[in-house]
Amino acid sequence: MTVSKTHETHDVHHGPPPPPRGWRRLLYPGMLRAAWMTPLFFGIGCAIVVLCRWWGGWHPIWFGEVIVLVGALTAAPIGFLAGIGAFDYWARYAIGAPTQPEDHSGHGAYSWKDYFRVNTDHKVIGMQYVATTIFFLLAGGFLAMLVRAELARPGMQFFDNQTYNGLFSVHASLMIFLFVIPAFAGLANFVLPLMIGAPDMAFPRLNALSFWLLPIAGTMMLASFLAPGGAFAAGWTGYAPLSVHQPMGTIFFNMGVQWAGASSIMTALNFLVTIITMRAPGMTFWRMPLLVWANFTTSLLVVIATPFIAGSQFFVMFDKVMHTSFFETGDGGYPLGYQHIFWFYSHPAVYIMMLPGFGIASEVISALSRKPIFGYRLMALSLMAILVLGFSVWAHHMFVSGMAPWLRVPMMVTTLLIAIPTGIKVFSWLATLWEGKINFSAPMLWALGFVSMFVIGGLSGIYLGAVPIDIHTSDTYFVVAHIHYVLFGGSLFTIFAGIYYWFPKMTGRMYNERLAKLHFWLTFVGFNLTFFPMHLIGTQGMPRRVSDYDPTFGNWNLFISIASFALGASTIIFIYNMVTSMRRGAPAPGNPWRALTLEWQVSSPPPVFNFDEVPQVVGSPYEYGVPGARHAVLNGDRAGTTEEVRTH
Amino acid sequence: MRRGSIVQLILFALVASAAGLTLALVPGWLPESASDEAGRIDFVFWFVTAICVFIFSIVAAVLIYAVIKFRVPPDDDSDGPPIHGHTGLEIAWTAIPAVLVTAIAIVSAIVLAKDDAAGANPLRVDVFAQQFFWSYSYPGYGNKTSSILRLPVDRSVVLRMHAKDVIHSFWVPEFRQKQDAVPGINPTLHITPNKLGTYPVICTELCGLGHALMRSRVIVMKPDAFEKWAETKGA
Repeated sequence: MTVSKTHETHDVHHGPPPPPRGWRRLLYPGMLRAAWMTPLFFGIGCAIVVLCRWWGGWHPIWFGEVIVLVGALTAAPIGFLAGIGAFDYWARYAIGAPTQPEDHSGHGAYSWKDYFRVNTDHKVIGMQYVATTIFFLLAGGFLAMLVRAELARPGMQFFDNQTYNGLFSVHASLMIFLFVIPAFAGLANFVLPLMIGAPDMAFPRLNALSFWLLPIAGTMMLASFLAPGGAFAAGWTGYAPLSVHQPMGTIFFNMGVQWAGASSIMTALNFLVTIITMRAPGMTFWRMPLLVWANFTTSLLVVIATPFIAGSQFFVMFDKVMHTSFFETGDGGYPLGYQHIFWFYSHPAVYIMMLPGFGIASEVISALSRKPIFGYRLMALSLMAILVLGFSVWAHHMFVSGMAPWLRVPMMVTTLLIAIPTGIKVFSWLATLWEGKINFSAPMLWALGFVSMFVIGGLSGIYLGAVPIDIHTSDTYFVVAHIHYVLFGGSLFTIFAGIYYWFPKMTGRMYNERLAKLHFWLTFVGFNLTFFPMHLIGTQGMPRRVSDYDPTFGNWNLFISIASFALGASTIIFIYNMVTSMRRGAPAPGNPWRALTLEWQVSSPPPVFNFDEVPQVVGSPYEYGVPGARHAVLNGDRAGTTEEVRTH
Repeated sequence: MRRGSIVQLILFALVASAAGLTLALVPGWLPESASDEAGRIDFVFWFVTAICVFIFSIVAAVLIYAVIKFRVPPDDDSDGPPIHGHTGLEIAWTAIPAVLVTAIAIVSAIVLAKDDAAGANPLRVDVFAQQFFWSYSYPGYGNKTSSILRLPVDRSVVLRMHAKDVIHSFWVPEFRQKQDAVPGINPTLHITPNKLGTYPVICTELCGLGHALMRSRVIVMKPDAFEKWAETKGA
């Protein structure tokens, strides 16, 4: 791709033109149009169902399950997206109407209202993502508090069994599909184009659409609590045939995953095309920051793996609604088929939820210890190794499932092999810290917290990878402890590291350092007190996903519940810090961490089109302590460059 | 690296491994062991624990050392030494974990093969799982059925799983063995109880609203007592 080096003049309007007055306003893309198009499409969906059933003579003609599926979970979201204007440009193009010249009025945010419309600015979309995913973090966290309240004592206290099963199922689904995966996508959305010196993502309109699918998916999953029979209650893994025989709430999960998955795939495609084609001149693959590498590998994982979970959920839904029998034994279906397809996505999904965190940790550790990344190329290659190995280990979730026994040893070997590239990354971070000038600001604390907690999560993964131990610990609280060390101690800690690290860049203000440190220490202690004892009660014999348990585990569960409430409370500090700092924090300089990557070389927050002039990359992004070394030259400042300038 | 820092590093590693070992040895991590398989699985558990404590101590020592030694005041704007890598170190931390995980894989594969192999003349039991209870049937004793699993001590047992509705999972923590019961297929599980007593049977695969209560018991009896029970009609 050729990148114009001349200063491109953008005729920047400050936001979209004012909406028309009177009734025409109803036709103008936005929330008002969505408010009538959503019910309209719902009505159209219902009409299609009723007409088809009337035509076919199927009774009852008004059938709740299908109405919900077609009207509420499929047509209404499309109506909402059409209403807010996600399809306007493409629709005009498709029907041959004259395309509107791009005036960049969809770019940038000049008031809070600009965050509630279809915005094509990757920075605005990044903020939309982060805010939305934090909302779902709070929702999912609240559900976890309810789960712990029920588990504080043996016996049943607050909920019936079906409701309890719904609580932990929705908790996990929100945390995975609406928090961890999209939170990483949101942070990368903001910083990745800046890091590679691009003015935006490759497909800004697709980027906007990817974001707006998320509130739909999240609303669906939360709304399942209102469905007759309660929320989906077969766990986030939704094993068939149990999930097929659940009340209507299951469909909310099946369809929620489709919307969230579509969002993931679109964003991943966007990242891939952006990284491959829009790097600034001189930004070779071996000069890309590791966050870009991490999102490159993650995006490959997403586009290859996500269609499998989409398929698995469609099959369950077809079995339930259309009486196909993918997984119904009585009619020739095969229940283990579900698990194979599901885990063929959901194991790579663990790396989708972890590799971007590796990228964030690399950025923070290098910049805040003022050292080059130790073994940069091996760090990038180990990401690729995890990508490849990640597709060869799915059956380690199925060691006791009754699958073909011969598969166990090969899958154990590949599983254990993943410890090697992961170990390389951990040791390289430690070596990067070594003899560094470590600045213990909040991002660094979270990154170090991540390294130490992720090591524990990785080591408990070795236990689970070894088949004989897994046979004992599978489906116990040991597994609950393991996934929380990986996804909370790993993913969430790095998301917090990333949020604090880029907060000055995103908002133009500094966060409160004291509160951030308090947040870290409360979370770190609360996290360990909550999840470490779960290893113990798991190996001692407490199964997971139970609302009631043997009274011998009563004391530990009470302890865990109390710790988890403290852990939950620590989030309040985070929210308070974010909200107050965004409004009243000290103005942030362009580069508060004195980092070398490109996003820090522009103002905070960055200009609407990121760079006044396309930057020229001349070296590695991590040359801390190397005299005279530069990562890039910007704005005609050519002083101090000795290296030959290459374009790719 | 100076001599003093190596001594300090080793000191930290010893403290960390002492903490790790305390954590590994003081709480009773595993329930009572009541089968031959449990003994072997426990061996793998402790083998992996030893390796994990070793790795954890190294990481913890380096991390703690770095946190203490390389902290700078906020006004120190200098950079660290520009070290880009060290081929020898990188080979070491690729090769050593490779050796360790290979050792774990070999030990695990051997134990798995031993646990899977049923002894001569095993007792066969059909295990029936359905929402939300267990029942057992003894094909060698005229399909005698029971709601409690009774097994003779020191005899190889092959459990054949049957699920009537959804997936369940048969687990006796004291035996360390677990197997899902899946509609349409009949996987087997091999156990050799070696201690008299009564142990819980727990369903570990979410099977619906009664999952938490889907429990049963296994009673390990003396062989002659078992024969006497099995020969009598009725439960």
